Amino acid sequence: MNAHVTTADHSHDDHAHDHKPGFFTRWFMSTNHKDIGTLYLIFSIFAAIFGAAFSMMMRHELGDPGMQLAENGHQWNVWVTAHGLIMVFFVVMPGLIGGFGNWFLPLMIGAPDMAFPRLNNISFWLIVPAFFLLVGSAFVNGGPGTGAGTGWTIYPPLSGAAGHSGMSVDMAIFALHLAGASSILGAANMITTVFNMRAPGMTLHKMPLFVWAMLVTAFLLVLAVPVLGGAITMLLTDRNFGTSFFNPEGGGDPILFQHLFWFFGHPEVYIMILPAFGIISHIVSTFAKKPIFGYLGMAYAMVSIGVVGFVVWAHHMYTTGIAVNTQAYFTAATLIIAVPTGIKIFSWIATMWGGSIEFKTPMLWAIGFIFLFTVGGVTGVVLANAGMDTSLHDTYYVVAHFHYVLSLGAVFGLFAGWYYWIGKMSGRQYPEWAGVIHFWTTFIGVNLVFFPQHFLGLQGMPRRYVDYAAPIPPEHLQGPFVNPIEKIQWIMAQDYGQHLWNYVSTMGAYLTGISVVMFLLIALWTVFCGRRVPGNYWNVQPQSMTLEWTISSPPPFHQFDIQPKVK
Amino acid sequence: MIRILAVLTLFLGSIPVFAAEPKQALLGLQEAATPNMERLHWFHDHLLMYVITAIVIFVFILLVWVVLRYNAKANPVPSKTTHNVLLEVIWTVIPVVILIVIAVPSYKLLYYLDRTAEPDMTIKVTGFQWYWTYTYPDFKDLEIESRMIPDAELDEHIPDGKGRRMLETYNPIVLPIEKNIQILTTANDVIHSWTIPAFGAKKDAVPGRTNETWFRVTKPGVYYGQCSEICGIDHAKMPISVYAVTQEEFDGWIACMEGEGAKADYPARSCVQTLGLDKYRSEQKGRTASATQTTNSNTTTGAAE
Repeated sequence: MNAHVTTADHSHDDHAHDHKPGFFTRWFMSTNHKDIGTLYLIFSIFAAIFGAAFSMMMRHELGDPGMQLAENGHQWNVWVTAHGLIMVFFVVMPGLIGGFGNWFLPLMIGAPDMAFPRLNNISFWLIVPAFFLLVGSAFVNGGPGTGAGTGWTIYPPLSGAAGHSGMSVDMAIFALHLAGASSILGAANMITTVFNMRAPGMTLHKMPLFVWAMLVTAFLLVLAVPVLGGAITMLLTDRNFGTSFFNPEGGGDPILFQHLFWFFGHPEVYIMILPAFGIISHIVSTFAKKPIFGYLGMAYAMVSIGVVGFVVWAHHMYTTGIAVNTQAYFTAATLIIAVPTGIKIFSWIATMWGGSIEFKTPMLWAIGFIFLFTVGGVTGVVLANAGMDTSLHDTYYVVAHFHYVLSLGAVFGLFAGWYYWIGKMSGRQYPEWAGVIHFWTTFIGVNLVFFPQHFLGLQGMPRRYVDYAAPIPPEHLQGPFVNPIEKIQWIMAQDYGQHLWNYVSTMGAYLTGISVVMFLLIALWTVFCGRRVPGNYWNVQPQSMTLEWTISSPPPFHQFDIQPKVK
Repeated sequence: MIRILAVLTLFLGSIPVFAAEPKQALLGLQEAATPNMERLHWFHDHLLMYVITAIVIFVFILLVWVVLRYNAKANPVPSKTTHNVLLEVIWTVIPVVILIVIAVPSYKLLYYLDRTAEPDMTIKVTGFQWYWTYTYPDFKDLEIESRMIPDAELDEHIPDGKGRRMLETYNPIVLPIEKNIQILTTANDVIHSWTIPAFGAKKDAVPGRTNETWFRVTKPGVYYGQCSEICGIDHAKMPISVYAVTQEEFDGWIACMEGEGAKADYPARSCVQTLGLDKYRSEQKGRTASATQTTNSNTTTGAAE
């Protein structure tokens, strides 16, 4: 990476020329990439509280068979839909791309700001109303009840006028329109910035891996999101203006929607994970005090994941009745993705190999990420096989798989980045002991939640079920606050059912919920009361150096008055 | 936790699993009742499971080694290695080889599961919000409407408290064993997905399309499946229940369905009971039986909700 950074930029010690605008102008009319990044991060945490609340409600509901919280299956479907859409569009994407991308992409390439600062501002302010439209959609009539219960995949005809006659799905579609526009504008901005505003000497092959990750992500966004936009607009006209794109009675085809959705949806999962790949690379290099192993391989692994990611979409559709030869092609294409992913995993380990590793909180998250992403990756290899998918499609095995790569992958990347950079962003450091406790409670919690779900899936439990096959336990054994040993003994005495692993999973969710609260407290404490830190508080060594460590923490309002040079 | 479980799964292939219905503590696939599922079992338990467990353990060991050997105390001076072409080629090529080893049997399985050239019998499955209908075109288009039995009525229809909550239907379908059954799926309103895990069968039921799959049941018994594509408020409440029986019993059931049984409220269930087909539940334990195992606790379960 940037082994040789000249820090010509000493003017930042002088903060006198920092002319910060007033509060309203600064935060509501911002054109500063760091302030917009901060807004994105705050927004992401805010949305995450909603998304996590939905997961807690869902896991509580599934802790026992029968109905606990949900009024009916529709309300449950609304939770599933809201959880999925919020986590994907309003937590992971704004956090990783809008937040860390905005903050560190310009800093790492030595640019004073993004290429289009005001476009950057509108990217953020589009996602806020999008979020409120989406949350609002859960409170208006959907047809079968209040809210849109379509799943985040919004497949017609369920999401069509027949399945959801109310306004709720229309609101959700508009929410996605706005969120999509926000993503496309943000991505165009990032591509332009990377191609035009790199410091002199920073060739593409010297670019930090996080910048590579953001560049590939931005290209995926620009190419994939418009397809989603088209699909949901066609759905909108099917619903409201009598078209029949997806309506078989009018000569349309519901499967067409699935092709369009997953042509967006599969790149979307790489959009969520690639920025995390970038963050993990920097953290591993910093704390192992070694340069990234196989830098070029790492960069081009991300590029090839991005390219191949566009030609594997129908592996989400093996059971829809697509031709067997088509399934065979998509099996092969999907398996191939394991190769660049393996290169990344092994390169991270090789970076640590021979290193002098310090296990600070960000490094714990990074190592946790590498291991859990491996677990999620190998179940992906299982699911890639169209034949195997006959058993596993739409079961909890799939839920376990994608939460291992997203909830334990992308979200671990978010936490890793947060602990790594919060000192840089706020000028204040989190308490190390608290970060370590937060890591371990989360690590244990999420594994308890998601590992048993593999077993549920193998046993055939379908996704998106409000209630499952199992005898109802006697009253004194219902709910979370009972003697777990007695409860498990009772469950084990039953001849059939999917109760045991659901119960374990739910107990894990409570632990994860506690760790989320812990994170919020740590975040608040850090930002307001944390210890002040210098510019290079991790003591990043020259072999891992990127430009953000050459300036103060927090960076001046406008950085790089004198353009840095990269040798 | 995960590590222990990951190791546990290594032994999955060798644990005999007997469950043609979802079981509480099992870690693997449901017991196979068709050659289709047997092949899925082989592919999953004896190939994929070994490969993925080995990979996870390999990565885990590397990580443990790195953490123990290359922490700042054990190794104060970091090396300056940046790349090693041979190593990078190796970790690109070996995964490719592993993937080829997986892909070959994967394709055999895929094409085997796709369809049967010689169906002995066809059942047309239609998904509705929120039940299934079945048509037997080989038997004068015999039609069955299959809705879930709610908890409170389970004991009324299933003997000995053996009713499986969320899995039983008023009108189950009945199939002969040792016959190639062709399944054609479609749907009337939204997309549903018809599946029976023990048969290794799953096919989406899509409005405006007819999809095909097949299986041949080798073991008589009672089998269950659940709708596997989100379809609205009662997505969880449209199970599939199947009695796989001998050819003679099947002929008897068809005769009953075309004769006296047709007059009953629930013809398919009534004919199952007339012919005594619930004998195939012998491996299932009833609610009473399992309840007695739970010492002195209040044993009103299941149907009492």
